[in-house]
Amino acid sequence: MTARINPAFWFVAPALSVIAVFFVVPVAASVLLSLTDFDVYAVASRTNLRFVGADNYLRLVHEPLFWVAFRNTLYFVLVAGPLSVGVSLAVAVLLSARLVRFQSVFRTIFFLPVVATLVAIAVVWRYIYHPRFGLLNYGLSLVGVGPIDWLGDPRWAMPAIILMAVWKNFGFNMVIFVAGLQSIPDRLYEAASIDGAHSWAQFRSITLPMLAPTFVFVALITMIGYFQLFAEPYVMTQGGPAHSTLSIVLLMYQEGFRWWNMGYAAAVAFVLFAVILALTLVTMRLRRRGPVAAGVVPR
Amino acid sequence: MKRAIRTALVYAVLGGAAAVTLLPLLWMVSASLMPTGEATALPPRLLPSAITFEHYRALFTRLSLARYAANSALLATAVTLISLLLNSMAGYAFAKLRFRGRDRLFQVLLAALVIPGQVAMLPLFLMLKEMGAINTYWGVIIPGMASVFGIFLMRQYALSIPDSLLDAARIDGAGELRIYWSLVLPACTPILVTLAIFTFMGTWNDFLWPLIVLTDDRLYTLPVAVANLAGEHVQDIELMMAGAVLTVLPVVVLFMALQRYYIAGIMSGSLKE
Repeated sequence: MTARINPAFWFVAPALSVIAVFFVVPVAASVLLSLTDFDVYAVASRTNLRFVGADNYLRLVHEPLFWVAFRNTLYFVLVAGPLSVGVSLAVAVLLSARLVRFQSVFRTIFFLPVVATLVAIAVVWRYIYHPRFGLLNYGLSLVGVGPIDWLGDPRWAMPAIILMAVWKNFGFNMVIFVAGLQSIPDRLYEAASIDGAHSWAQFRSITLPMLAPTFVFVALITMIGYFQLFAEPYVMTQGGPAHSTLSIVLLMYQEGFRWWNMGYAAAVAFVLFAVILALTLVTMRLRRRGPVAAGVVPR
Repeated sequence: MKRAIRTALVYAVLGGAAAVTLLPLLWMVSASLMPTGEATALPPRLLPSAITFEHYRALFTRLSLARYAANSALLATAVTLISLLLNSMAGYAFAKLRFRGRDRLFQVLLAALVIPGQVAMLPLFLMLKEMGAINTYWGVIIPGMASVFGIFLMRQYALSIPDSLLDAARIDGAGELRIYWSLVLPACTPILVTLAIFTFMGTWNDFLWPLIVLTDDRLYTLPVAVANLAGEHVQDIELMMAGAVLTVLPVVVLFMALQRYYIAGIMSGSLKE
């Protein structure tokens, strides 16, 4: 009798081989790469490759530019993250109010920036932020605020990118919040009304606690996505002015694919991974529920 | 009375938010139709004095935008079709076929979701370079051929197919491939549509990886081309807006047409365990 291969094998093998060869192996290789001095000479010939242990990581710790990128990314995540989640929640709550009609029209409008191509949107916003001709400064001038050089001033460049990111992304979380709100049973609110709780009290004692799992999930995927900040500064500021919008991924791109310092860039990528992993573990501990699908954010 | 005021207030805030959301998009369209120089007029114009399509014409005649659009369409379609096939096969097997270590393997796959794609990019680039796939369409297609998220989404949906249906087909003598193709796939149509939209839009909108892999400008996708043009044509605002409109339009139209599936997909991706 010949051994029959379980047919299931033929079903999972193609997808799993692709993932193994083009994701798992590169991730593992990335660990090794980060322990070498792989640079432009090694791109030309592998004989120039040397094992350097933790040198890349040591260099990284002593490299001011890395800390600039790290701080900028943290700034972006810690400001744009809560802002995005807050705006999404506020809009979702308003949209779910029973008296609102045309919900689907509003939802479609709020979702348009999410699906729109980020690069194209960044190009549009670059002109909106133009210090002389831009719509934003014109709008501000009407209320008496002087012109701001949004993308040219190191103090304003990151806030400008944050503002755009919130505008672009709030619709995504909003949809998730709306679904979360719909799953709260009406009878809870009815009981609260009978007890005489007004709407703010209802929001605090019913909506927020019931929404907590959704909230944690949304906060996590938003922050994971935001740690990978790249296209916005690449298109709008090239990381400037004065490195004020240089992000971790942009630094990795520049080191790895512009200067071919791939060993060093791999170390940068691993720091990103470590941060995201730590964040995920902390959140899962908070949430104590099943695995989190981090891949759902269509960026 | 109080209720009426509150209703008005809610509508006012929602209306304001909708206006703020739409304004940049509408301005993009409007500016793309303005005669050259009008988008930099002071005070800023919201609407063109006269509608012109010269910038769109220029994009197609002088700047080979048609080529970039074709590249984007080709890559997004290829990645979508291939990954739909591979992910649906694997997702179905993880849901319905029995094999050793199945659930364990699935757990491991899910755990891999926390690894950001950027970690794989540097070695992946070197690998594809060895294979001669850098600066070819394959460089973009190959890493997109299967995804953990796609398998996850397919599996969650395939779980709802009744086992009795599959067993009945087996008793009737249908082969496994036949069951997958003519029973499972039709039953999974909604999630296949959802996954197709996700993948198509994701590939169409993707920037970092095509930027790395495609160095020859004849292979550029729209986002890479637009980012590149934005550097060279900083002053040609109207032209750049036309390029942005053409990049955004296909995905926006696709979303509008199929948003029911798209929204449903976000739900099943985020709320199910």
